[in-house]
Amino acid sequence: MNLQQIEDGKFAVIKSIPTGEAGQRLEALGLRAGKEVEKVSGMPFGGPITVMLDGRHFAIAYGVAEEVEVAESAGQGGGPDEL
Amino acid sequence: MSCRDCQLCSNKKTLCSGGGGPCEKILLMGNPNVGKSVFFSRLTGVRALSSNYPGTTVGFTEGIMQYGSDEAHLIDVPGAYTLDPTNEAEEIAHRILNEGADKVILVIDATALERNLVMALQVLEHGLPTVIALNMVDEARHRGVLIDIPELERELGVPIVPTVAVTGQGISDLITKLDEARPSHFKPMKKEERWRVIGGIIAKVQKVTHRHHTFMDKIEDISVQPVMGGLLGLLVLAVSFTIIRIVGEGIISYITDPLFEKLWLPVLEKISVATGSGYFHDVLIGKLVGGAIDLEQSLGVLSTGIYVEFGMVLPYIVAFYAVLSYLEDFGYLPRLAVVFDALLHRFGIHGYAIIPTLLGFGCNVPGILGTRVLESERERFIAATLISVGIPCVSIQAMLTATLGRFGMGYVAAVYVTLFFVWLVIGRIMNLTLSGFSPELIVEIPPYRLPSVKAWRAKLWFRIKDFLCEATPLVLGGILLVNLLDTAGLLDGAARLLSPVLEKILGLPSAAAVPIVMGMFRKDIAMGLLIPLNLTAHQMFIAVIVLAMTFPCIATFVVLWKELGWKRMLASSVIMLSAALITGGMLNAIFKML
Repeated sequence: MNLQQIEDGKFAVIKSIPTGEAGQRLEALGLRAGKEVEKVSGMPFGGPITVMLDGRHFAIAYGVAEEVEVAESAGQGGGPDEL
Repeated sequence: MSCRDCQLCSNKKTLCSGGGGPCEKILLMGNPNVGKSVFFSRLTGVRALSSNYPGTTVGFTEGIMQYGSDEAHLIDVPGAYTLDPTNEAEEIAHRILNEGADKVILVIDATALERNLVMALQVLEHGLPTVIALNMVDEARHRGVLIDIPELERELGVPIVPTVAVTGQGISDLITKLDEARPSHFKPMKKEERWRVIGGIIAKVQKVTHRHHTFMDKIEDISVQPVMGGLLGLLVLAVSFTIIRIVGEGIISYITDPLFEKLWLPVLEKISVATGSGYFHDVLIGKLVGGAIDLEQSLGVLSTGIYVEFGMVLPYIVAFYAVLSYLEDFGYLPRLAVVFDALLHRFGIHGYAIIPTLLGFGCNVPGILGTRVLESERERFIAATLISVGIPCVSIQAMLTATLGRFGMGYVAAVYVTLFFVWLVIGRIMNLTLSGFSPELIVEIPPYRLPSVKAWRAKLWFRIKDFLCEATPLVLGGILLVNLLDTAGLLDGAARLLSPVLEKILGLPSAAAVPIVMGMFRKDIAMGLLIPLNLTAHQMFIAVIVLAMTFPCIATFVVLWKELGWKRMLASSVIMLSAALITGGMLNAIFKML
């Protein structure tokens, strides 16, 4: 399952991020394997998706979001206190 | 030309060269959106100047800060998430750090400690004496994030000062602590090791209590929802556009126009009498219209040149930067980019390009200057070319109504439709043919914050000063060049050379050549010259389209040169002229078939 397929308002744990420039960028923003994010919204017509991590919003291009492998989760833990 | 050579700024000589001596060089570093610019304006006051890093369009600001009895040279390094560069700004940040400094002030956002520690550790690994400002400690508390500062200080090995830059809390402590700046114990490490270290630090120093969505979160969520976000985006744009128009026109009619008429015009009249009617008069003052100097039509360097730059463009620049800086500090721009990304992505520019594009409808000059918000050179080239070709500025819009309105408003509407179509096609073609890459949109959307008025004012001032120092001499030089060409009869010569092309391809009479050539430099005059030619509706439509697609004015041409460099400016001009000729030629062919 990838990040783009997650329903709005649902939580997911990142399994893997793409390699290369986009992956580096995601990682620099703190979006890396093991982190739990909340999918906030996705824009229509291949627009970017928005996720929330540790209380911050991030916009990710559709194509990049498709390459982020995730597993759906309950959305309770995964905060920085449970590392 | 660089800002240092500028004659308009008075503070260029107060900056010390940095490195050793009584004047220390201090770097201000941190992630984007951590309040770095607020620190900068609080630490330096007004004694600062911004410039581009050599060979790039990435700007950085430097200034003087009072520090004990000494003065120090403070450099506001571009915000970066990592020093393994993922964009141009991060590359510059890395380069500036590698150039060395006496001290580093590292700003860390307490609400996103884990992510901020990535670059923090990379900076500490460089071994420069460092002090950390742990900013937004108040907001972190509200968000349920508690940080054990003494423990974090022990872990990182450098002094840490909790701050709230927007209110100024902790700033004086920070200056005091600068004396205790010291290198950290961290040695260069690999990425995986760094993440392990960060994990360990976070586990020791940070406690997060889970919290539910607040009201502000909900508003933030709405701005990136498809329907509500789109509507909100249009509303914000409409309001911004209106404010810019009102403020810009207000400055023109209440400040600059009266100043020019009451103060500058009498001076010009004296110069006009003193120089008589010779060559210097033609170049400096220009032609007399009805026996008097006309600020818009005389075309002299001192008359029209000065008036267009300071009387017409500058007011819009002020209004544009006032609104843009406010939206930027408020945190809205990244949300607008999300809303428009799907469309603009197909042109190879990401959603951020919507802001300069819409501003181009007011005046192409701030529009093209605004393409600086884009990251890669390829994106800036595409966006700037699209603005200068497809986005008609206010003066073009006024003139197309004047020339085509009498043939029916359908023709006026058809110009907008044609330009929009051209904009779509050129954008698509450029994306498919240009080499290089455009980065995918991956951005942090900062929370909404009420901007600090002080930081907003400082930012606005830097931007206006930048425009005055860098664009103004070029604009005036450009006008001088046009005047020299005109008095030498070269513009007429060019018009004669061009007239066969105009007749064959565009189906325009040879008398239209002069207005078209003049139109490359001055739209309003050119369109006015077209009216007495008694063109048919179709001919007028073609002439107007060609003029609307070429440079709105010499200032746009110069700003394009300044922003893209002369090679890309020439490439952009070639695209513009070919697109204008092809569109005009196709319209001519279509009209012939009708």
